[in-house]
Amino acid sequence: MELYHLTIHELHDMLKKGETTSLAITESVLGRIKAVDDKVKAYLTVTGDIARTQAQAADKRIKAGDTSSPLLGIPIAIKDNMCTEGIRTTCASKILANFVPPYDATVVRKLKEAGMVLCGKPNMDEFAMGSSTENSGFFITKNPWDLERIPGGSSGGSAAAVAADECIGSLGSDTGGSIRQPASCCGVVGLKPTYGRVSRYGLVAFASSLDQIGPITKDVKDTALLLNVIAGHDPKDSTSANIPAPDFTKALKKEVKGLKIGLPKEYFIEGMDPEVEKAIRGAVKTLEGLGAKVVEVSLPHSDYAVATYYILATSEASSNLARYDGVKYGFRAQSAKDLLEMYMKSRSQGFGSEVKRRIMLGTYALSAGYYEAYYKKGQQARTLIKRDFDEAFKSVDVIATPTAPTAAFKIGEKSADPLQMYLSDIFTISVNLAGIPGMSLPCGFTKGNLPIGLQLLGRHFNEEAILHAAYAYEQATEWHKKKPKL
Amino acid sequence: MKYEAVIGLEVHAQLQTNTKIFCGCETKFGEDANTHTCPVCIGMPGVLPVLNKKAVEFIVKTGLATHCTISSYSRFARKNYFYPDLPKGYQISQYELPVCEHGHVEIVVDGKIKRIGLTRIHLEEDAGKNLHQPEGGASLVDLNRAGTPLMEIVSEPDIRTSEEASEYLKKLRAILRYIEVSDADMEKGNFRCDANVSIRPVGAKEFGTRAEVKNVNSFKFVQKALEYEIKRQAQILDDGGKVIQETRLFDSTKGVTFSMRSKEEAHDYRYFPEPDLVPIVVSRETVEAIRKTIPELPDARRERFAKDYGLPEYDADMLTQSRATAAYFEETAKLSGQPKVASNWIMGELMRLLNAESKEIEDCPIRPDRLARMIKMINDGVISTKIAKTVFEEMYKTGKDAETVVKEQGLVQVSDTGAIETIIDEVVKANPAQASDYKAGKEKLFGFFVGQVMKASKGKANPELVNQLLKKKLTE
Repeated sequence: MELYHLTIHELHDMLKKGETTSLAITESVLGRIKAVDDKVKAYLTVTGDIARTQAQAADKRIKAGDTSSPLLGIPIAIKDNMCTEGIRTTCASKILANFVPPYDATVVRKLKEAGMVLCGKPNMDEFAMGSSTENSGFFITKNPWDLERIPGGSSGGSAAAVAADECIGSLGSDTGGSIRQPASCCGVVGLKPTYGRVSRYGLVAFASSLDQIGPITKDVKDTALLLNVIAGHDPKDSTSANIPAPDFTKALKKEVKGLKIGLPKEYFIEGMDPEVEKAIRGAVKTLEGLGAKVVEVSLPHSDYAVATYYILATSEASSNLARYDGVKYGFRAQSAKDLLEMYMKSRSQGFGSEVKRRIMLGTYALSAGYYEAYYKKGQQARTLIKRDFDEAFKSVDVIATPTAPTAAFKIGEKSADPLQMYLSDIFTISVNLAGIPGMSLPCGFTKGNLPIGLQLLGRHFNEEAILHAAYAYEQATEWHKKKPKL
Repeated sequence: MKYEAVIGLEVHAQLQTNTKIFCGCETKFGEDANTHTCPVCIGMPGVLPVLNKKAVEFIVKTGLATHCTISSYSRFARKNYFYPDLPKGYQISQYELPVCEHGHVEIVVDGKIKRIGLTRIHLEEDAGKNLHQPEGGASLVDLNRAGTPLMEIVSEPDIRTSEEASEYLKKLRAILRYIEVSDADMEKGNFRCDANVSIRPVGAKEFGTRAEVKNVNSFKFVQKALEYEIKRQAQILDDGGKVIQETRLFDSTKGVTFSMRSKEEAHDYRYFPEPDLVPIVVSRETVEAIRKTIPELPDARRERFAKDYGLPEYDADMLTQSRATAAYFEETAKLSGQPKVASNWIMGELMRLLNAESKEIEDCPIRPDRLARMIKMINDGVISTKIAKTVFEEMYKTGKDAETVVKEQGLVQVSDTGAIETIIDEVVKANPAQASDYKAGKEKLFGFFVGQVMKASKGKANPELVNQLLKKKLTE
């Protein structure tokens, strides 16, 4: 067993007992990156020198007897759409290829205060737009379980890095499934917290009303530990909720007696991948065996989720991405003869095709004469989708669904068909529209040895119910202990 | 044909908060470019706006001062367009749900009060500034101003003449200054105006096609631009043409407006609710608390001046355009007991001298108590109104009080009958021809004799006594 194989809490215990040092862990992880990242290609930037310096600082703190922070000295990878002061933050886009932020995102500041070691910035779909990390402006990240397959997206680099032990834990961001779907594809744990639970300050915006930062980790406990650090109100983010964050590790109980789990009938439909369905039903059985009560619930507006999402998310994106204009920072096309041409060349050369597609979709949806039919209608549909969940949560504590309709698909399989690609997020998207928390955790493997993810959803600001069910399930199963062979 | 104009004005007033509307940068101007900026106001990736509460307080105060309804729930919206001085590629503004709606202000034109409706007042952020180097050079962007809080005040199309437009702007400026939310200085760009202008045949009910005139940055230019635009549209209609809907710019050097873009070329701003900010919620308690901070406003003060001091509307309106002038008047009126005389002196001589030096009334070397004493001296017959003008100018120049000036320059009015009679005798003797003409019925010559006597007395003779004694002498 190598140090890089271990979890945050396991390494924290070792650090506390003096059985290892942060520097040793960091070197182990950096060595692992060196050994496997040529194959996985999880990282856009590896911050080796910074990691070593931070590890030494952590070791000093530990030596001085300060071991209160579970993140102290632990190598963490932060998705490349979260600003890191002095460290290139690209959003996997050519338009920000050389962008070095002058400030830290709130989550980065909090993790630094908790003593983390930043080991690098993982790859992603450009501006978090995609479900396979194939839309990165730089290169494609591979699924550690099968290098010919996608790791999911958009936080594909973060999930692949965790699965391949190229970091101990990581942060992703989730606008329509971008934490949960790659976690599912890579066989790791990923949580999208409630909208407003974690500050978005410093997260490069894709769709402001949907984006949320969350942990991607090797097990449920690590997710709770990371969430403890990043959750909470931030005066710099007006949309972050002014609600005190609990100690999420308190929710980790093996007992689930009386917990009510809902299965939405609209999510288990004909044509569903039989291996996925089998795994999910098996997981629910396991939870039932642990004392949970399982009932069917209905989310009648589920069919509208994908359409609603692609109107609202692209509308916001078309505006959020307007600042990349070649004027202040980032890429500027040369040899433009006037301002308009400078804008047009910079943006057409700087953005990739999926980003441009979404900017166009959103611009169209917000245009005079179409606003009522698209954006406004989308907002109304969003309200209905949110009400579906409110209604369902009147009778259950947690809703269980598949995270993705299939296990990881092959690289290139869906890139020619954007609509097929968009359907990868069919089970995750409505969660962002409703603003509720959702988690993916491993619940089985296909015959081809590809991980399958179970999605657990909770009420607004009730991540604890999800963590509770997830931890109990995890403790009763062995899926999270399986490692890909690299 | 005879036309009447239909004018609606959009005013952008800068709020005098210490910091910008969505970040903590200071609102300071005239400093080195891009020194009052931060990641938020320069639109770095990942930053988020946080609303300045003072800006909300100021707009609510403005709404209350202009009889608006204050929304308990309003929203920011994004106005999307590309321009180098707009770092995010959108301006955070308000669209569907502004903070204030359905207000009005009153103006006085030709001595009559007219009410101009306000459609809405909303909050938004200012853009930065583009600076262009000479031909071939670079264009530079200064973002010190980006994120400065602005209020957009939109009037109803209730304005009919350029003079009304000017009065409306003056009244708006007066209100903003009274409630201390904006210094509303047009020359500094803190108070900017766009005008929607159309014309229609007198008596018509329907509106004509309007043109929007932008870039009018002084009171004088507003009047000029409107006058030009009204004439231009009338000429088009008289020639059988059609006014087209477009945006025009005012060229202040040539005094003309010219087309900037047509309706077809107009921007589609793709407004949508700003997802990075929560709705602005203003409770009834907050509104009432803010209401308590509002001082007596120009309209109320104008009414009170007209009623309590018996001033004509015109005087009352002029004197209440600034808080300082109103206070100056009120003190002088009370101390002198002669409000109308006080009003005449303030609006006449005092303003003339201040304007000549571009000074504000706060800097006037003659304080109200001294002006009041001078007015009393006139009333008591110590000096004549004519001499008072000399005394006043001297007071202004030297900072001395009226008594001192009168004493030093021997300007006390001569009310000694004997002394005046002596002068009259000399004047009549020196002008025998005129005297006999007068006696023969050329009564117009009386003025000539008064003038000669006043001149000979160096203006010091009591004019009433001169009239009386001269009449007696000439009819002897």
